[in-house]
Amino acid sequence: MLDFVQQLVSGIALGCVYGLIALGFVLVYKATEVVNFAQGDLMMLGGFFAFTFIGLLGLNYWIGFAGAVICMALFGMLAERLVVRPILGYPQFSIIMATIGLGYFLRSISGMIWGTDDFKIETPFSQGVLRIGSLVLAYDKLSVIAATIILCALLYLFFNRTTLGTAMRASSENMLAAYYMGIPVKRVVSIVWAISAAVATCAGVLLAPITFIHSNVGLVLGLKAFPAAVLGGFGSIPGAVVGGVLIGVIESMAGFYLPQGWKDVAPYIVLLAVLLLKPEGLFGLHVRKKV
Amino acid sequence: MRFLFKTDYEDDIRLFPHSGYIYTYGLLLAALLLAPYVLSSYLMSQLVFVCIYATVGVGLMILTGFTGQASLGHAAFLAIGAYTAAYLQQHNVPFPVYFLAAGLLTGVVGALVGFPALRLQGIYLVIATISFAFIVEEILARWESVTHGNEGMRVKTIQLLGTSMSRDGPVFYYLCLAVLVLTIVGTLNLLRSPTGRAFVAIRDSETAARSMGINVALYKVKSFAISAAITGFAGVLFAHKLSFISPEMFTLQLSIEFIIMILIGGTFSLHGAVLGAIFLVMIDPFLTYLKDDMPGVIAGVAATFGAGTERAAHIQDAVAAFASANGLKGAIYGIIIVVFVLFEPLGLYGRWLKIKLFFQLFPLYKRATFKRQKIYVKSERNR
Repeated sequence: MLDFVQQLVSGIALGCVYGLIALGFVLVYKATEVVNFAQGDLMMLGGFFAFTFIGLLGLNYWIGFAGAVICMALFGMLAERLVVRPILGYPQFSIIMATIGLGYFLRSISGMIWGTDDFKIETPFSQGVLRIGSLVLAYDKLSVIAATIILCALLYLFFNRTTLGTAMRASSENMLAAYYMGIPVKRVVSIVWAISAAVATCAGVLLAPITFIHSNVGLVLGLKAFPAAVLGGFGSIPGAVVGGVLIGVIESMAGFYLPQGWKDVAPYIVLLAVLLLKPEGLFGLHVRKKV
Repeated sequence: MRFLFKTDYEDDIRLFPHSGYIYTYGLLLAALLLAPYVLSSYLMSQLVFVCIYATVGVGLMILTGFTGQASLGHAAFLAIGAYTAAYLQQHNVPFPVYFLAAGLLTGVVGALVGFPALRLQGIYLVIATISFAFIVEEILARWESVTHGNEGMRVKTIQLLGTSMSRDGPVFYYLCLAVLVLTIVGTLNLLRSPTGRAFVAIRDSETAARSMGINVALYKVKSFAISAAITGFAGVLFAHKLSFISPEMFTLQLSIEFIIMILIGGTFSLHGAVLGAIFLVMIDPFLTYLKDDMPGVIAGVAATFGAGTERAAHIQDAVAAFASANGLKGAIYGIIIVVFVLFEPLGLYGRWLKIKLFFQLFPLYKRATFKRQKIYVKSERNR
């Protein structure tokens, strides 16, 4: 029983990691209906920025964290301006390909700048564990869970309660109508890319003690976070976190109870099964076009 | 400029609209048949890869280009074809039998993937095909009694009519070329049949296709099966060309390369698949060539513009260091994809059509002819 609870808790912690990255996917999708395949690579780049500020320049952890978030928000706007804005309005698949290209570019450029070693950031959460009875939880994993809950709540409120959030939802439904209603669509898209790059950076910095930072971390984790976002129903913020936690728990249970090899495949099998039954994911909206 | 007057439906669906087509494609075919006697063995080897990749490209084009169903799982179909061939060959099945069996099995698997894909659209379909590819990759690595797991499998040379067909020899090249040409001709015929027209109708609008009485589900499954079967045939040739296969050859990376291939070639015509394959296979030797020769060239240019010998040597070293930097290839790859998506969305074949039209219409060419409509109102969620 204790094994089960320990696996469950570590699965939830892992799932929050995926959920945190999946939040970035969902954000961009929710506001622009663009699927950003470079999300994991933005996370990786954010981690490298934080490593530069904290590890190389020796800044305080929180200052370095904030610096990385700000830099990456600006970088997100730049990437949007250069790669996404010229092809807004074209079929979704072109934009997916463009972001795949962006991901290739970021991976190899950061490999060229920072090298191919694994890097680690010293964080206030790196050491120490929380003990509840005989249950053991590392602080770095707790920090990820806390950050996921906080960010999820903030973003949920942002999208449902603020004017800018409403404007974002409106422009995703119909850019032209939103523009006629006086919403500055270009600026809205720009802002959402900045926010999603900032969220990705939070993920990258918090993951640094757990997964380390190297140029392929974004690809590896992004490929796990992507099913999480789909499982939850692309476009639903709580769905991303729930999907992430589900994938994380399935992965850790499969790794513990099933023979070797199932760990990596089990999330995808469950994903296919869910998509068969509910093609829009667990929390997705299904709207039929009326002719 | 030539005007084609079409008076009935037969004129409209002709494979060769006018005699010019027969001459140009005949010349191309003759050149390709003569290639083994002219080109070096390295280029021949690359040409075989072009044929194999182009076959995959044609298969993917049927699914993605003509039926509008994106797939990032075609490496898995290639793997199934390759492994079927390797396994049956070990059990002394003759080549023609396992060649057909590989295509058939891959086609069946493709249809099975097609069923769950029926209800999925856009991004959900992409992730479903990615999941399928991951599962296949893992099965190949774990089902050791059949696939030898991560050790991989050796593939012997093809035995046909009592002779063995070396993977570097001209006969193997002719085989690959024949498969490619037959695939292309078959696909062209498919596209002018009711099935092909139904595919295109589904791509353009599923709702409209359904209201015209097209059984969307049936045709989507057909498209998946045909596309997978063609990829399976290519997989057999791929296995024989490499003579060794292992699961880590058929990763997501390869699936992405296939999609990039048809994207760079142009997703609206079979020419695109072939042009994309040429581009994808030839980019590696081209980059190596640049890496070896560019530093010298740049130093030479610097020297002619008045830089001293020492300075020119310095520049040469700097450029060489930059060119051999780790991962430069990935960056160039990324830039190429982004540039094609942004500036040449119709791909290489689109560029060729634009140049052709420019000369046909000479002073009257307008850029707007090929401009795509941007649609800001369509939401992929409500369709």
